[in-house]
Amino acid sequence: MADIAQTAPQSGPAHRRRPLPLRLVLSGTWLLVVLICAVFAPFIAPHDPLAQDLLLERLPPFWMAGSEPGYYLGTDGLGRDVLSRIIYGARIALTVAFVAATAACVIGSALGLIAGYYRGFVDQIVSRIVDIWMSFPPVLFAILLVAVIGTGLHSVILAIIVIDWIRFCRVVRAETFVQVKLDYVDSARVAGFSRLTILIREVFPNTLPTIVALLSLEMGIAVIVEAILSFVNLSISTDDPTWGGMIAEGRTIIYFAWWVLVFPLIALFLTVLAFGQFGEGLKDRFDPVLQ
Amino acid sequence: MDALRGILTRIVTTAITLFGVAVIVFAVIRIAPGDPIAMMLPPGASDEDIARLRALYGLDKSIVEQFFIWLGNVLHGDFGTSISIRQNVLGIVLGRLPATLELSFLALIIASTIGVGLAYLATRYRETAAEGTVDVINGIALSVPDFLWGLALILTFGVAWPIFEISGRVSPTLDLPFTSNFYLLESLVRFRFDITLNLLSHMIMPAIALALPLAAVISQLLKSSLKETMNQDYVMLARTKGFPESRVIARDAMRNAILPTMTLTGVQLTFLIGGTVIIERLFSYEGLGNLAIDAVINRDLPLIQGIVLLFAVLFVAINLIVDLLYTLLNPRLRHG
Repeated sequence: MADIAQTAPQSGPAHRRRPLPLRLVLSGTWLLVVLICAVFAPFIAPHDPLAQDLLLERLPPFWMAGSEPGYYLGTDGLGRDVLSRIIYGARIALTVAFVAATAACVIGSALGLIAGYYRGFVDQIVSRIVDIWMSFPPVLFAILLVAVIGTGLHSVILAIIVIDWIRFCRVVRAETFVQVKLDYVDSARVAGFSRLTILIREVFPNTLPTIVALLSLEMGIAVIVEAILSFVNLSISTDDPTWGGMIAEGRTIIYFAWWVLVFPLIALFLTVLAFGQFGEGLKDRFDPVLQ
Repeated sequence: MDALRGILTRIVTTAITLFGVAVIVFAVIRIAPGDPIAMMLPPGASDEDIARLRALYGLDKSIVEQFFIWLGNVLHGDFGTSISIRQNVLGIVLGRLPATLELSFLALIIASTIGVGLAYLATRYRETAAEGTVDVINGIALSVPDFLWGLALILTFGVAWPIFEISGRVSPTLDLPFTSNFYLLESLVRFRFDITLNLLSHMIMPAIALALPLAAVISQLLKSSLKETMNQDYVMLARTKGFPESRVIARDAMRNAILPTMTLTGVQLTFLIGGTVIIERLFSYEGLGNLAIDAVINRDLPLIQGIVLLFAVLFVAINLIVDLLYTLLNPRLRHG
């Protein structure tokens, strides 16, 4: 994907003059929509996401015969409004995305920087731990952890942090290796900066574009992991609206009410895609090498 | 000599990794709240019965003692007895492994075919709309994980346009005259192509879901690798000899571009196999991953340990083989 940015016009001293890439605009817009839904869910959602009404179960979306006005995307097997549940589901998805991904990013990047910069013994230990972590299928690891520490939002977040810090650690460590060999690090050393100062003031800012791109990608991964855990019924309680929980219910009644599965799936699909593309777009835009 | 030292170091670190894996698997499960023994007995069982059962499963000893007893047994191939199925864990796990291996292998073939195909198209029609399209496809296939592809496939080719089966490994009505659990392989060897088709109809959607992200990785790597090769002298030579562009790419450039792609794909293979856990669940495919989730839900500690260890050993082995191949095949490392 980097080729697109490289072929883009490079004239002008500052990146600010370049128009925002389309994918940054599109993905950013969608993420903003999801964020607004999450924050203002009680004002936006047309119905109570938990209100059951067995007289209104499995209503189809508005354009199909048999739909009820006000239930735009239909209802699920218990007569709960699908649209309202998707809007409330954004709250849990984004909470997990921001909290879990940020914590994993801080821990993983810090360890990656330290291991990549100081090498030696520290690097040996960090690398062995990463090797061990890489030996587990991440989804199975997550399911196992949540089963062990108990279900609930906190457990889901904790499991994602415990498992996914290595994504940051591996990449940041490799990136630090590259940076340390560059001339500016030597210059800083000649200028008399201490090693810690060089690491924080010189090396770290140069790994930031990579870290930011990974962070955005990880937010998408966190949303998926939460959905998967909800799908196998190990996330938060089944009544609370989560996209994964809705998908799990939709999977069982797929032949009678496809909309229970399709709409949360679209929300999940677009959100994950947007986090990935947003990260890539940011990386292209702020990568100092490309500017 | 350096290569030999590298290989020895790699084998030592692999041993450390495996020991770490064993410690983690054991530790994670032992800190689990909830008593598996309590779940096996009817309510109102006497303390004596509970104690007897605890001793039977070795749960009355100290943690460290339990770990080394367990590790010793594991090294002798004894993974204990499943609490929920009440059979030998190794037997259960090995019985399910073929289903997962066949699914992963099919996915790998699909991923390679799509990946190489896309890279070829993007190179053949480079700097046209086709190359841009391939980039966009790669970007989407990479950002969206197998779980979502699986659901999208179920909706498209299972429900909206039902041409494939959406659950199970094989139709339960079919009579399987097989001696092994490698159904796909055995159906081919025995010329039972009716069963092969039935199996494929169940496997094709989970396999594609697993394959798409890997296909994008292969396509991206091979495409950039081809881009480099296309400017090499021997490719220019083939072109001046008057060979058509398609042949130049397929024979001269591809041959040299595919090796680095293959070594880099190795690590990605573990991600594909890891993906089988949730994909098997989604498609109710009777493999190891589906069994693992059942084991977690039933708190079947010996079974979970067995499955996780088997996955870990598989992953460690793949990573080791990829690293060794890379060392052996890369001339710069060999002579360096």
